[in-house]
Amino acid sequence: MTASAQTAVLPGRQGAVGRLSDLFWRKPGLLLFLMLTPPLLWLGIVYVGSLLALLLQSFFSIDEFSGLINYEFTLVTYGQLLQPANFDIILRTLLMAAAVTLASAAIAFPIAYYAARFAKGKWKAVFYLGIMLPLWSSYLVKVYAWKLILAKEGILTWLFAKLYLTWLLDGLLAIPVIGGNSLSISYIGTFIVFVYVWLPFMILPVQAALERVPGNLVEASGDLGADPRQTFRYVLFPLALPGIVAGSIFTFSLTMGDYIIPQIVGTSRLFIGQAVYAQQGTAGNIPLAAAFSVVPIVIMGLYLALAKRLGAFDAL
Amino acid sequence: MTAAVSFSKVSRHFGTVKAVDAVDLTVAPGEFFAMLGPSGSGKTTCLRLIAGFEQPTSGEIDIFGESAVGVPPYRRNVNTVFQDYALFPHLNILDNVAYGLMIRGVGRAERHRAAEQALEMVKLPGYGTRKPGQLSGGQRQRVALARAFVNKPKVLLLDEPLGALDLKLREQMQEELKGLQRALGITFVFVTHDQGEALSMADRVAVFNDGKIVQTGTPHDIYNRPKTRFVADFVGSSNVIAPQAMQALGGEARWTSLRPEAIRLVSEGGVNATVRSTSFLGASTKLFVDTAIAPLALSLPAGQPAPQEGETVLIAWAPADLHTMEDAA
Repeated sequence: MTASAQTAVLPGRQGAVGRLSDLFWRKPGLLLFLMLTPPLLWLGIVYVGSLLALLLQSFFSIDEFSGLINYEFTLVTYGQLLQPANFDIILRTLLMAAAVTLASAAIAFPIAYYAARFAKGKWKAVFYLGIMLPLWSSYLVKVYAWKLILAKEGILTWLFAKLYLTWLLDGLLAIPVIGGNSLSISYIGTFIVFVYVWLPFMILPVQAALERVPGNLVEASGDLGADPRQTFRYVLFPLALPGIVAGSIFTFSLTMGDYIIPQIVGTSRLFIGQAVYAQQGTAGNIPLAAAFSVVPIVIMGLYLALAKRLGAFDAL
Repeated sequence: MTAAVSFSKVSRHFGTVKAVDAVDLTVAPGEFFAMLGPSGSGKTTCLRLIAGFEQPTSGEIDIFGESAVGVPPYRRNVNTVFQDYALFPHLNILDNVAYGLMIRGVGRAERHRAAEQALEMVKLPGYGTRKPGQLSGGQRQRVALARAFVNKPKVLLLDEPLGALDLKLREQMQEELKGLQRALGITFVFVTHDQGEALSMADRVAVFNDGKIVQTGTPHDIYNRPKTRFVADFVGSSNVIAPQAMQALGGEARWTSLRPEAIRLVSEGGVNATVRSTSFLGASTKLFVDTAIAPLALSLPAGQPAPQEGETVLIAWAPADLHTMEDAA
């Protein structure tokens, strides 16, 4: 036995660090205060502060003749959002975000289910690598790659031709509104690229939610007479719902805010992100840009309130 | 009479592991049947074969005369009480109990009434609106029980349902389970590694070892006439005497079991023994003694003065209490 261990109370640690440790142990609140203050200042002032400053701009208006900002409180700018040209942008973005979210959820579920239930050891690592790898490469590279893939002279057109399925591609492109001259300049193309880029953000939370569902709940459901379809509906889906909602927050808000994908792949019609970019840049209409950027925030707020109301977080 | 469950030459292999190996068994309708064995002996796999979670590698399983091979769990009129209860965390207690009825399309009012009735039978009336997370282990166990029997299954399977409960609650639940089984008249198949539980509750017990059934019989049979060394060892803490030792005692050179309570302290005659240790168990005192031939355990009823450690005593037993067994494990 060492000498120091022979007394019931050990001598205090030497030096400033030792005294500081003792101080923090006696006053845990102080440690918490010191740890939280810098990030909270950053979040509060730099992030939320500038966001509020932006929102404030949306209550100003722009003078049509001089192009100068009129610093008087008004709702005129919000009124402009309801003009057909602007309202179309909101509607288009909203529909695209909803479609991307639904498609992501539908594609993500089986993958996440497999990863959570069946993948073990090495295959689990392969799964995570497969999901994360696309996230490590540059976003722009991926989007431009997709532009080439979807182009009229691209590999997809070639593949459809080789499989004698050109009629199918043509039929798809002939659909009014979402079709077009080629995939790379149609809403279908924009949709495909959005789903590809945001899919990992859906898979991971759904997988995390399914991972927490004990396997014997699926057995119990079958034991009580539920066929696989009923087990999905009454057990798996409700328990995965918080994960799906978490994932949809990503896919939905990322789609609503993105201004690069629709610019590179798709029609020339604008999405909210592009509208914000155009209004605050070339047009110099900061109030309208600010009003546009309020829209996704409001929509997400409504969406989460609705999800909570429908019991999406009950299983948490 | 058609058996409730019958296995003929049923095997379930996982790769090279023979979890269940050519098992034959018959469970009579209305019987309380226990499958007893150490962990990994194949008893739970047998239960899962009846439930339909596993399919046999070979052999034939019949449930009430109908072949169950290839029939998925959801088409079997059999319900399971899971070891860790497997209650649905997102549903309240009433909806958990009513789940099977809901799946079968029973109307809301009717299934909730049936569920409430089942909750009363397991002494949890009025708990319907709570979530599983708000109940204690014992209460969850009762809910799992109610959720299974509310469907009036032909066979009710119980996978070590009392394993997670403390002793007091476990004894109480053993009584209640037995009463419930009699009241419902449903065939119960019960898996346990606790021989006391199997002996006290079951009409018949099958003892499992290494994927095989070693012995099937009434608790009385299993306890008093173990067929093999393994059964004697596993069921109750019997003295297992090796053939050479038996020979030295003047008996037949075979593996023999001798129950601790069959050994008496005598004042003359008998075998010399030195008390190694004693432990007081309330209703009895357990003595571990060394003899020239083999160490033995004996149990003295309460009220009889127990000798001290290190003391030399004389012990004896009636020849009829010696029970010879097969050598096989």
